[in-house]
Amino acid sequence: MTVLPKWADAILIPLLSILISFVISGLVILYLGLNPFEALRLMVTGALGSSYGWGYTLFYTTNFIFTGLCAAIAFHARLFNIGGEGQATLGGLGVALVCLAVPWPHWTLALPAALIGGALFGAAWAFIPAWLQARRGSHIVITTIMFNYIAAALMVYLLVEILKPEGSMDPATRRFGPGAELPLFSDIFGLVGIPFSSSAPANISFFIALLACLLFWLLVWRTRLGYEIRAYGHSETAADYAGISPARMIIIAMIVSGALAGCMAINSVMATERLVLNSVEGAGFIGLAVALMGRSHPVGVILAALLFGFLYQGGGELALWANIPRELIILIQGLVILFTGALDNMVRMPLERIFLMIRRPGKQGA
Amino acid sequence: MSAGSDKAGRPDTVDPAIELRGISKSFGHVQANKDISMRVMPGTIHGIIGENGAGKSTLMSILYGFYKADAGEILVGGERTDIPDSQAAIAAGIGMVFQHFKLVENFTVLENVILGAEDGIRLKPSLARARSLLTELAREYELNVDPDEKIEDLSVGHQQRVEILKALYRHADILILDEPTGVLTPSEADHLFRILNGLRDEGKTIILITHKLREIMDVTDTVSVMRRGEMTATVRTSGTNPQELAELMVGRKVLLRVDKKPAEPGRKVLEIEDLRVVDDDGVERLKGIDLELRQGEILGIAGVAGNGQSELLQVLGGCRSATGRIRLNGEEIDPADHALDGQVWRGRGVSHVPEDRQREGLILDFFAWENVAFGYHHAPEYQKSRWLMDNAAIRRESGKKMERFDVRPPIPELAARNFSGGNQQKIVLAREIERDPDVLLVGQPTRGVDIGAIEFIHQRIVELRDRGKAILLLSVELDEILSLADRIAVMFDGRIMGERMPDQTSEHELGLLMAGITDTASAA
Repeated sequence: MTVLPKWADAILIPLLSILISFVISGLVILYLGLNPFEALRLMVTGALGSSYGWGYTLFYTTNFIFTGLCAAIAFHARLFNIGGEGQATLGGLGVALVCLAVPWPHWTLALPAALIGGALFGAAWAFIPAWLQARRGSHIVITTIMFNYIAAALMVYLLVEILKPEGSMDPATRRFGPGAELPLFSDIFGLVGIPFSSSAPANISFFIALLACLLFWLLVWRTRLGYEIRAYGHSETAADYAGISPARMIIIAMIVSGALAGCMAINSVMATERLVLNSVEGAGFIGLAVALMGRSHPVGVILAALLFGFLYQGGGELALWANIPRELIILIQGLVILFTGALDNMVRMPLERIFLMIRRPGKQGA
Repeated sequence: MSAGSDKAGRPDTVDPAIELRGISKSFGHVQANKDISMRVMPGTIHGIIGENGAGKSTLMSILYGFYKADAGEILVGGERTDIPDSQAAIAAGIGMVFQHFKLVENFTVLENVILGAEDGIRLKPSLARARSLLTELAREYELNVDPDEKIEDLSVGHQQRVEILKALYRHADILILDEPTGVLTPSEADHLFRILNGLRDEGKTIILITHKLREIMDVTDTVSVMRRGEMTATVRTSGTNPQELAELMVGRKVLLRVDKKPAEPGRKVLEIEDLRVVDDDGVERLKGIDLELRQGEILGIAGVAGNGQSELLQVLGGCRSATGRIRLNGEEIDPADHALDGQVWRGRGVSHVPEDRQREGLILDFFAWENVAFGYHHAPEYQKSRWLMDNAAIRRESGKKMERFDVRPPIPELAARNFSGGNQQKIVLAREIERDPDVLLVGQPTRGVDIGAIEFIHQRIVELRDRGKAILLLSVELDEILSLADRIAVMFDGRIMGERMPDQTSEHELGLLMAGITDTASAA
């Protein structure tokens, strides 16, 4: 039986977890001889204090929404897809190939095509571990981790040996061309007369990510397929009883998961206008934390992605302006992941006890 | 019985082995135990009887240190004792034999017995000590098990003996057994009761938790009845009778027999020939089953759990493939076909109430309404469009079905987990019976269901039969088979040992068949 009311489970626990991780981070900063409140101020102004800051924060948020949804759909089928990183990497390849294939006349044509390319490549990369799990019983955690390494190695090979333009020293593709340039927030908000920094990379993909959240919700809670995926995720024996094929569920959930990770590349790759090495930058792993923290629900995923977007951008600013080593930022992010993801029960158990204690005297009085 | 009544006759001179005073325990909104007081005298067998959810298991879990009581105190041998965990219970001389054994399958009997009670880092002295003790106990109480056999190679009855030995090795004077006969054949159960009598005569105290009235009457000296978290009565067994106990359990008069007309079997609906199943480990679970099922009859499959009944149900429910021939309404079905899943069977009018409602029949974290569509989520009336399900329609339907099946509370928005066992079962039955199937497969329809709900469930099954439908009933409760079935087939070791008519057979005869003995003369 659930002891906690829904709001405490969905809001109070994540907030407390974030608070604890911030307090510990603050103590570390204090130990390094710096002022934690000054650090927090730098992070907030750096990430949220200007349209430039917001532009970066939302750019990262877009990435994390896609990878968060990628992990979330897999969670619904009780699969732990650690391969978001590799699937997003391959998604980047798909997007780049589409963008390079033809000189696109306009972004309205390039974007849907790139979206399909990224989704297909991501889905294909997820399909292999899914098939191995469904047909051969190879554990998806192991295979997806290995596929991350294979993806990274594959990209090095492709960028160094095949896709690099003649004579370039840089392991990256050539530029995609003006027809594949996505409208930035400065262009979009400019239409309605709101000024927005034109040097920030946030672009129309953010809205695609929000749309993906809506579709995700429809898929999971309104379609037969979503019903079957959730049923399988809750109980394999029951799914079998109901005539829901476990193998089919594993494969479909992973394909959707990989496709969502692959879609991230429209943001990360099209914004940089060429494919570079390590274009994903760990967003695939952050997605796991985002999905855990967001309770695998699209609204939760958006909020958690926003938090990590803030940490990414604010952390970068902090490293730039304060005398704080870059590694500390990773530490802060790590602590947030640790507390919101792995140590969920550490906050939950005492909270449940408190709730029980509050409730019991009321019961006996009634 | 004489020793027990003798001791119970002079309670003032002896301290009770266990005394509970005012024990209360609640889980959230549910009060599982309300102000319970109970005295168990040493050297007696004390039964605790009550419906599922009456609070028997909670009470014993408090006694064994799994839960902490909200109020009340425990006295062991007349002294107040705190039991914060099972270690403390063992130290106080309390041993517990759980319904689901807690044994390491690939360890030997000896290794299991000393597990967690080793004398030191070296195992040898402990093993030697345990071995000599085991031989001694085997001689004294018919507790014979081969100490070097691995658990996985033992029968269920023997595994249970290992659990008892474990408790005795830990110097338990008070032995609690939770529903010990659920997995045993009648003769294994008799053997268990002989062991318990032997232990009692040696001065051990035994607490027997059960919901079977017959066991209480056969073996206990005193019996406490629980209902809805309260202890309604404690009586001498010799001074009561099953009818009275049943009424104390339920709180009203109950029909212990099912009220039904004779069956009028019609044409054959389901024919099974030479059905064979080999499981993943290569073990043959069904060794050639031949059965036929007619309209308007209930065919009961009796047998001790684990003799292939589950596999039979799984094949017919589409959860397992097999070889052999199946004809449904005259149409050949190939049981080896992998495309033959639960959807296909349902589409052909075969509904299935699985044996384990919590693991198979329901998704506990789904709402009741989502569960009412489970397995039928492809049905056209539940679709809004090609892709979207019509959740509103499913909710409406569920509300109606839940009311018709008296599910309490009839709230479709509640997660299945929050219903009691009986009401969970009613949700499954409502889903399957309301589809008006040609064939209904039912596994353990009343396992863990309280007596009031059992009556209701039995009536619904009989009603479906009277509408001319065919019902295949699987149950490990012989009483249920005897009272509900129109024809009984007994399974043992993957085979049908024989068919009997319920009014022309006896529990004794069926018990022998369940143990694999067809020739009555050789049984003695």
